Amino acid sequence: MLEVTNLTRAFGHGAAAHTAIEAVSLSVAHGELVSIVGPSGCGKSTLLRCIAGLIAPTGGRVVLRGVPVHDVPDGLAVVLQDYGRSLYPWLTVRDNVALPLRRTLRGRAARRTAADASLAAVALAGVGDKYPWQLSGGMQQRVAIARALACDPALLLMDEPFGSVDAQTREDLEDLVLRVRRERDITILLVTHDIDESVYVGDRVIVLTPGPGRVRADLPVRLPESRDQIITKELPDFVRLRTEVSRLVRSRDTRAVS
Amino acid sequence: MSWLRISWAWRWAVLVAGIGGWQLWTSRAGSSFFPRPSAIVTRMYHLWFSGPAAHVFLTADATGNLLPSLGRVLAGLAIATAIGAPLGIALGRSPVVTAYLNPLLQFARALPVVTMAPVFIVLFKIGTQMEIATIVFGTLWPILLNTIDGAATVDPVQLETARAFRMSAGQRLAWVIIPAALPKAFAGFRLSLSLSLILMVFSELVGSSSGIGYEMSNASNAFDMTFLWSTIVLLGILGYLLNELLAGAERHLLAWHTGKGRG
Amino acid sequence: MSHTTVTGGAAPGGTTRAATRARRPARALPWARGAAGVVVFLLLAEAAGRLGVISRSALPLTSAVLARAVLLAGNGRFLADLGATVEAWAAGMAITVAAGVPLGLLLGALPGVRVATRAIVEFLRPIPSVALILLVSLLLGPGLRMSATLIVYGAIWPVLYNTIAGIDDVDPVAKETHRAFGFSRLDTIRMVSLPSAAPFIATGIRLASAVAIILDIATGYVTGPINGPGIGAYIAQQSSGTSDLTVILAATFWAGILGLALDLLLTGAQRRLLRWHHTRLGETG
Ligand SMILES: Nc1ncnc2c1ncn2[C@@H]1O[C@H](COP(=O)(O)OP(=O)(O)O)[C@@H](O)[C@H]1O
Ligand SMILES: [Mg+2]
Repeated sequence: MLEVTNLTRAFGHGAAAHTAIEAVSLSVAHGELVSIVGPSGCGKSTLLRCIAGLIAPTGGRVVLRGVPVHDVPDGLAVVLQDYGRSLYPWLTVRDNVALPLRRTLRGRAARRTAADASLAAVALAGVGDKYPWQLSGGMQQRVAIARALACDPALLLMDEPFGSVDAQTREDLEDLVLRVRRERDITILLVTHDIDESVYVGDRVIVLTPGPGRVRADLPVRLPESRDQIITKELPDFVRLRTEVSRLVRSRDTRAVS
Repeated sequence: MSWLRISWAWRWAVLVAGIGGWQLWTSRAGSSFFPRPSAIVTRMYHLWFSGPAAHVFLTADATGNLLPSLGRVLAGLAIATAIGAPLGIALGRSPVVTAYLNPLLQFARALPVVTMAPVFIVLFKIGTQMEIATIVFGTLWPILLNTIDGAATVDPVQLETARAFRMSAGQRLAWVIIPAALPKAFAGFRLSLSLSLILMVFSELVGSSSGIGYEMSNASNAFDMTFLWSTIVLLGILGYLLNELLAGAERHLLAWHTGKGRG
Repeated sequence: MSHTTVTGGAAPGGTTRAATRARRPARALPWARGAAGVVVFLLLAEAAGRLGVISRSALPLTSAVLARAVLLAGNGRFLADLGATVEAWAAGMAITVAAGVPLGLLLGALPGVRVATRAIVEFLRPIPSVALILLVSLLLGPGLRMSATLIVYGAIWPVLYNTIAGIDDVDPVAKETHRAFGFSRLDTIRMVSLPSAAPFIATGIRLASAVAIILDIATGYVTGPINGPGIGAYIAQQSSGTSDLTVILAATFWAGILGLALDLLLTGAQRRLLRWHHTRLGETG
């Protein structure tokens, strides 16, 4: 589905140049949910922006379904890190969700119906007429997810989507992502700095080194398909894996482990 | 709700009390410079508002002098907005072009437009054209510069979101850039509105043969103080109404902006 | 209703990441581009005059205007007019600030008074100051007193409104913390509200200054030289009975430079006095 080869991205020129990610290679199969975890500033957002075609890499390439990515490709949706600023305050929640549909769906009524359905899918039916700033952080985040899902993407990229919500809401949102993933034919790449989260939602966890970001480890998650915030997190396999990821994230060693 | 009503009542009570005090003071002082408010109101009625019902009670003087003045203000503002808003959006999104134009724009904004009046008189002759030219030239810069600022400072995350959803250039303009620039554009327009009244009166004082300012000039020469005061009160009411109109438009168009600020 | 969101047209652009990245290798670029823009504009205007795109009988050549402007700079009479304009501006602005800021603080701190006086203020504010020129000249007679009065009437509103908006914007937590330390209300206004409203007030003063120059010159223009020297009187005199715009445009040029200089003066003072505000916003001074 997605092939990333030797991806490098530097900012600035000459002496001021700064490499955010270096020679990152990874691949994601159809239907997978892959977590990317790493310390703050290691280049996670940069990696995601390159994959989304929002910025051009300075080296390497991204191939999505056999096609090299140069601009934002079809069938891809992104939930940006700063969801509070990515929702348009001058549009109602429904119009925010319906806006990207203008490209694909003819007719106001059809877009409205699709937006409402998408809002209902994230348990936000009934707030369509409100403005984003009238909602709590967790609800705004769900609007951003609904907006991405409304486009019915084949690949969904999420950048620290649950960064600034309380613990309870965060767990609900994690379960929401798992449910979406079960109910739809979708591939998800989720960036996070939260180690438990990366293990809990992922089929695989990719650990990045502190900046410049390289792939430190690519670990499969061998946990039962159906997950539960209490039960799964008590499983010895979960505890072992989260400890390992934690060790990898904390270590100053930047070599890749196999 | 009831608190709102009380404050509303207060506001008007204080206004009425102020006018009452003014009436008392002018009656006692008996100065020819300060006519009584009652005399001013009577004069205003006879001058402008005692016309036939068919003309919404406006007199010939009102339709001949007030309405044209008002029309020129609105025409000037409309032209300034029609030029300033689109140009401001375009320049705001083109930092390089703006870098070339910036000193010229800053100079144009700092230029006290009144010094240009003789130029406009020569170019457009005395009258409507000269007056509209003065108003346009004076009110264009606040609208233009504030719109540039608004369009240049659109949140990068909002623009990136638009790109991530592959919105077309037209969609980005209509749904992201223009709404984001609107609050600052409005702030510029608000400045321009008060400037436009100043420039309307000014250009009629120095370069017109009709309108409110022209009539003031005549009244001053004839030492008709009641007339002078009547026009001043009228301009206050006119300005108040225009401001209320603008505030209404802002409440409607920028509800999200004020709401967000409060929330 | 307030003027707070008005940025006064500070140099636009330069806040996006892309701009920050582009600025690094070429710091001098904006200056060079601005200068190039001015030169190109002057050349185009000159060419338009010489090629007859703009009729020479309507508008004089740019070079003629600039040459005349240079001459004016050495003209004692014009310099006296320029000085008188600055004097009236300074007097008007001093009174405007001295009256507008305390009044704004008062109305800002006492919402009851503000609500009560709202209707009166909303009627007084839109009366264009130029409409008072004739009345005030009959009342006070010509001179600095009259110019200053008209300036204050027109310029006080942005100062007043921005002060009130600045007080409204003060972080209630900061205010309550200060009060909790046992400071009086007046002390709190002086030590917390006033400094935190200062950036708003500064913006208001800059807006007021632009209005003040316009009123200053308009007053001189309308009343003519009997009001004493000033750019307005100078232009009124020079324009009567002639259609030669060279000297008018040359004087306009200096009026624009004056407007720019006074604005730069205020911006400089603002940066100096409110350094903490700019550093907090991450701007460089
Ligand atoms: N547009 C940019 N210009 C310059 N430097 C950038 C830019 N975007 C990111 N960086 C730098 O790249 C590094 C990685 O940033 P980012 O990808 O946002 O990390 P993360 O998302 O993992 O916190 C940081 O050091 C950051 O300062
Ligand atoms: Mg990030």
